[in-house]
Amino acid sequence: MKWIDLFTSSVGKKFIMGLTGISLIAFLIVHAGLNACIWANDNGEMFNTAAYFMGHTVVIRIAEIGLFAGILLHIVQGLVLVFQNQRKRTVKYAVPIKDGKSKWYSRSMGLLGTLVLLFLVMHIAHFWVPSRITHTLDEVQLGLKTGENLYARMLDVFQSPLVVILYVLGCISLCYHLMHGFQSAFRTFGVRNDRYLSILTPVGVWFSIIICATFAMMPISMYLGWVN
Amino acid sequence: MNLTLKVWRQKNSSDKGHFETYQVKDISSEMSFLEMFDVLNEQLIKEGKEPIAFDHDCREGICGMCSMYINGRPHGPWHANTTCQLHMRAYKDGDTIVVEPWRANAFPVIKDLVVDRNAFDRIVQAGGFISVNTGNAVDANALPIEKHKADESFAAAACIGCGACVAACKNSSAMLFMSAKVSHLALLPQGDPERKNRVLNMVAQMDKENFGSCTFTQACEAVCPKEIKVTNISRLNGEYLNAAFTEQ
Repeated sequence: MKWIDLFTSSVGKKFIMGLTGISLIAFLIVHAGLNACIWANDNGEMFNTAAYFMGHTVVIRIAEIGLFAGILLHIVQGLVLVFQNQRKRTVKYAVPIKDGKSKWYSRSMGLLGTLVLLFLVMHIAHFWVPSRITHTLDEVQLGLKTGENLYARMLDVFQSPLVVILYVLGCISLCYHLMHGFQSAFRTFGVRNDRYLSILTPVGVWFSIIICATFAMMPISMYLGWVN
Repeated sequence: MNLTLKVWRQKNSSDKGHFETYQVKDISSEMSFLEMFDVLNEQLIKEGKEPIAFDHDCREGICGMCSMYINGRPHGPWHANTTCQLHMRAYKDGDTIVVEPWRANAFPVIKDLVVDRNAFDRIVQAGGFISVNTGNAVDANALPIEKHKADESFAAAACIGCGACVAACKNSSAMLFMSAKVSHLALLPQGDPERKNRVLNMVAQMDKENFGSCTFTQACEAVCPKEIKVTNISRLNGEYLNAAFTEQ
């Protein structure tokens, strides 16, 4: 057994997918929590302060590198698995499988993951690139410090109904992706006890719904003027 | 009852294959699915045509030889059932039944509905065994085993290696089959000494045999004639990770 086998064996690849997936789930919790500051209705002061903290804390900036590495590994390994698995049945069935149990989203993780990736590209272009690369965001006074007005950027981006619809669709794709991925990751780590699975499965479903509904409500509430 | 059958015909492994349509008449609802195929084959022989090749042996649901994908489901419409135990009362007069072989690159078609499942044997040869000295049988109570572990091990050992799990899996993964073998032995003290090498070697062999990886769609569990649980796959994953991180 070599370390490389963890990346090349079928079970090892799934382990990497599960590990990076759970890390990304942890990130989503932090991301949703911080973004929820927009609902403080204080003209974005709390949100911009939180964004300033995230952008100017060394530990978090280092974690950001880890986050991008995790996303990249998850995407590459996921695509490799999808393409490899597709090649395992060259001659397809004339009558599609009717097993009566597997969920459509469990069978469509590659498609859902690709939709989430497309959404992610759009999302990064909207917020991360102007904040970290081009530095084109307006400045805002946060107490004694001067930070970027990401809140104003959000208000601006979410004035377009098309963008709001694309964000909501991205959140729906993410929701179904998580519904399968959450419990699948734990099973990949070896969780098999019915006591744990009976908790993990509903927790995974509700977590997916709540976290994605929270994200989806952000563009909707901005577009409809529920925050100011 | 009278039925229309669309059956996959393929001369050999290099032939492209195609569907042929047959009409069978006066089929009794008491017949098994394979007996209905026997009737069809007699009809074909009388007509001077090549009978349909299909796998079968015990016809009691315990050998794992029968392997037909019937109307989109391995082993047909009944739950926890093999093709040989499927009876014609599952169908009604005038029905059309489409019969295909297991589709997986790891199970190449030999002829018609017969596929080569030797890959399963090679996976078992890679580690699905225990090494013990031969001699007199050890007293059954000499080695205490917890009841729930004995039961779980027995449930996993019920796998007949038919390959329905591979046939149903969108990735053609053999994980349910392999996890049944790993669980069966890992749960027992006799399987403990070789448990790490066993799981590493069996996974390596499965990957060599061109099976896909498990994405936990759970289609395999739904079609398994012996109701092998996907929790066995979770156990295999745990066994693999434990071995991968601790084995030399």
